[in-house]
Amino acid sequence: MQSRRQFLLDSVVAASATWIGAHWPAALAAAQHAHNAAQQARPSAKSSAAPKFDFFTPKLAAEIESITARIIPSDETPGAREAGVVYFIDRALVTFAKNDQKLYTAGITEVQALVRKMFPGIERFSAASETQQDEVIATLDQSGIYGRRPFVDRPIGQTFFETLRQHTIAGFLIDPASERRGNRDGVGWALIGREREHMFQPPFGHYDKDYPGWQIVAENGGTK
Amino acid sequence: MKMNSVKYKTTDEVDFVIIGSGAAGGVLAKELSTNGFRVVVLEQGPYLTESDFVHDEVKVLQEDLLTNHPDLQPITFRKTPDEKARRQRAVGYGRCVGGTSVHFTANYWRFHEIDFIERSKVGEISGTGMADWPITYADLEPYYAKVEWEVGVSGLEDASPFDPPRSKPYPMPPLPVKSAGVLFERGARKLGLHPFPAPLAILSKVHNGRSACLNCGFCYGFGCEVGAKSSSLASVIPMAERTGRCEIRANSYVHRIELDAAGRAIGATYFDEHKNTHLQKAKAVIVCANGAETPRLLLLSANKQFPNGLANSSGLVGKYLMFNSNARSIGLFEHPTNDYKGFASSRIVHDFYELDPQKVGFYGGGGMDGRFDLTPYFFAMTGLPPETPRWGKNFKEALGYNFSRTVEIHCAGTSLPVEANSFSLDPGVKDAWGLPALRCTYKDHPDDIKLVRWLTERALEIFDAAGALKYWPRPIGEQEFGLHLLGTCRMGNDPKTSVINADHRTHDVKNLFLCDGSSFVTSGRGQPTMTIQALAYRAADRITALAKRGELQRG
Repeated sequence: MQSRRQFLLDSVVAASATWIGAHWPAALAAAQHAHNAAQQARPSAKSSAAPKFDFFTPKLAAEIESITARIIPSDETPGAREAGVVYFIDRALVTFAKNDQKLYTAGITEVQALVRKMFPGIERFSAASETQQDEVIATLDQSGIYGRRPFVDRPIGQTFFETLRQHTIAGFLIDPASERRGNRDGVGWALIGREREHMFQPPFGHYDKDYPGWQIVAENGGTK
Repeated sequence: MKMNSVKYKTTDEVDFVIIGSGAAGGVLAKELSTNGFRVVVLEQGPYLTESDFVHDEVKVLQEDLLTNHPDLQPITFRKTPDEKARRQRAVGYGRCVGGTSVHFTANYWRFHEIDFIERSKVGEISGTGMADWPITYADLEPYYAKVEWEVGVSGLEDASPFDPPRSKPYPMPPLPVKSAGVLFERGARKLGLHPFPAPLAILSKVHNGRSACLNCGFCYGFGCEVGAKSSSLASVIPMAERTGRCEIRANSYVHRIELDAAGRAIGATYFDEHKNTHLQKAKAVIVCANGAETPRLLLLSANKQFPNGLANSSGLVGKYLMFNSNARSIGLFEHPTNDYKGFASSRIVHDFYELDPQKVGFYGGGGMDGRFDLTPYFFAMTGLPPETPRWGKNFKEALGYNFSRTVEIHCAGTSLPVEANSFSLDPGVKDAWGLPALRCTYKDHPDDIKLVRWLTERALEIFDAAGALKYWPRPIGEQEFGLHLLGTCRMGNDPKTSVINADHRTHDVKNLFLCDGSSFVTSGRGQPTMTIQALAYRAADRITALAKRGELQRG
C-alpha cells in the first residue's frame, strides 16, 4: 500500500507547475503532518511496555481494566485490555474528561459494594470470576438503548457505567495515530476492518468493484 | 493556506467590516475585495490551517476543535415559549476561519424553482408563516454556477430529471461511486426512482490550484488536511487575501454593531483574544455570523433608537427558525462496503422533492442519499441494530462484523416556518464574556415529523429492494438540536414582515447588510449551504452596485 506521504508527494509531482507553485508548502505541510503522526504513534506503542498512570492508582487501574475487559472482551481477537484502553481512560481523566474524576472514584466504590453484596467474600471487581463480573455489569447497565449523534452532549445524570462504556469504546476505536494512548497497535481498527491508512483509492468495497458507470434511465422523467 | 495579508488599524475606516468568515462571509470577502474595496473580516474563532486538522475524534468532536464550545458560549433550549429554557447543546456551528464549511458534509444541492414560490403555489399552511422569496430561482441561477466553478463543486449535469435549469455544466465530474451509492442506486431504481450522482463541494480533480480528495474517511465533522473539501478556508478566503485588500482577523468576537446619531452603522465592537475591546470602523457592516449568531448580535446591539434590537422594527429578528427535518435509516449488507473510506455520499434521489399534499396528507418534500458518515466511535454508539447488546462478546462481534458492511440512508427535508421557533437572548445565562447566552426555542411543525416518517418508509423500501440483510430506522422525534440555522432574519419586500430586502440590506439601517442562513424565507430540502453561497455572490453584486452609486453614504 502506497503511503499517504508518498501519495501527496506524487500528486505534487504529477500536477502542473502552477499548482506546485501555489501549493507546494501546503502539500508538504500535510505530508509532514501525516509523517509526524505516524512517528508519534510508534514510541507510544513501545512505551506501553512500562506505562505510567497520571490519575489511576495501580489498584484502581486494575479494577477499571477488568470492567473494560468485560465491555470489549479478549477472545480469538484482542479486546479492550490489549488495546490499552485503561491508559486511554487514565489520560482522558486528566484531559478532556477531567470532570469525570469524581464519578470514577465514587463509581468504583459503588461497584465494589455491589460485588460484595452480590458475592459475599469477594472484595473487588477484578477478583470476581468473569461470569460474576458479567452479572455485576448487567445489574449496573440499566440505562437502556443510548444512541447519540455527534455534537450532542451526554446527559448530566449519566451513570458511571455508561461513562466508562463510552470511554472504553472511544479508547478502543480512537485513531491509533493520535496521542491519546488508546487503540494500541490499531487492534480496535483491525477488529472492525478499518484500514490504518488515511488515503484510499476506489474501488472501496465489494459493490462498487464492478460498477459499470453511471447511466441515465431509459424512460423519461418520473413521478413526483 | 494562511498568508501574510494586509493589516488595517481599527481606526482606519475600511469600506466593509464583515462579521463571520464562513460560507457567506468568505464569499463576500472575496468578491468585495476583488471589486476594489477594503475589507476586514472579524471571525470569533481561531485561524486554523490544514496542518491543524487531525483525525482524533476526541479532539475534534468532543473538545470542539472546530466548533462552538458549550462552556464558552452556553446555549439554552426550550420547546415552546411558555417553558423555562435549560442549558443544552442545542446548536452546532463552526467556530474557526471558514466557519461551518470547514467541517460540513458538503452536499451541494441547488434549490429548485418551487423553493422560492411555495406560498403562492400551495397557499396558506396552518401554523406557519410561509411566504414567497422576493427573488426567484432564475435570479440566483448565475450565482449557483459561480459557486460551482469558484468554490468548487463536483457533479453531473442532466443526470436528474428533477434538476432545475442550469447555464453551465459542473466544472468537474462527480466523485467516484461508493458501495453505499451503488446499493442505494440499485434499490431506488428497482422502485422506479431516479438516483443520480451527488453534487458535492469536494474536488474530484485538481481545481483552481487545489488538491483532489484523497478519500481519507474523516470528512463529516472534520477539517480537510489537503484542502479538497471546498470550505471557505480552502477556496475563497485565500483569493480574498491575495487581493491585498482583505484582512481576516481571527479571535475577534463581535458583540455590538455601533450606530451614529443618524442611525447609520459606523463599525463593529469586538473582544480580541485577551478580552480587550476594539471598535473596527467601516463605511458599511455585513453580518454573516450564521442563523444563530446573526440575530443574537442584532439583539445584543439594541440601543435607544432600536430598543428591541437593531434592525428589528418588524419584530422578526430571530424568528421563523428552521433546522430542516431529517432522519436516518441503517442497513446491513452481506459483503464489505468499506464505506468508511472517502466522503459521505455518492448517490441521491430527488423524486420526493415536491410531494402532493393531497396524496400524502402533509405539506413538505425532501431528498435522500445513500451514505456512511459515522466515525468508528460514533458507529459503535449509534450504528448497530437496536437489539444489539451494549457490551460483552456479542457487542464486540457485531462491532467487528457490521462496521465494514453498514450503509445509511439520510433523509433531509423541509421545515415549515413557525414564528415561535426562534433564537433570543437568555434572561439568566451568560457566556464567558458576560454576554446573554443564546436561547433556542424549537418544536417541529407536525408536518415536518410526518414528512420524515414518510421519507423513512421509502428509505426502508430502498434497503429492501437493494437486498439488505437487515435494516432499521433510527428513532424519529422532535428535534432539539440544529446544525442548519435558517430563516431568522428573513428576506422580503415588506419591512413589516421581513428583516432584509432582496439586496440583503436591513430595512431599518441603510448601511447594514445580513447574509447567511438567516436570510432564508423557506428551508429548502435540507442542504442549505449551496444556496447560502449563491446568495452571498448575489449580495456582493448588489452591494457593489449600491456602493458604486454612493448609496451607502447616505444613511
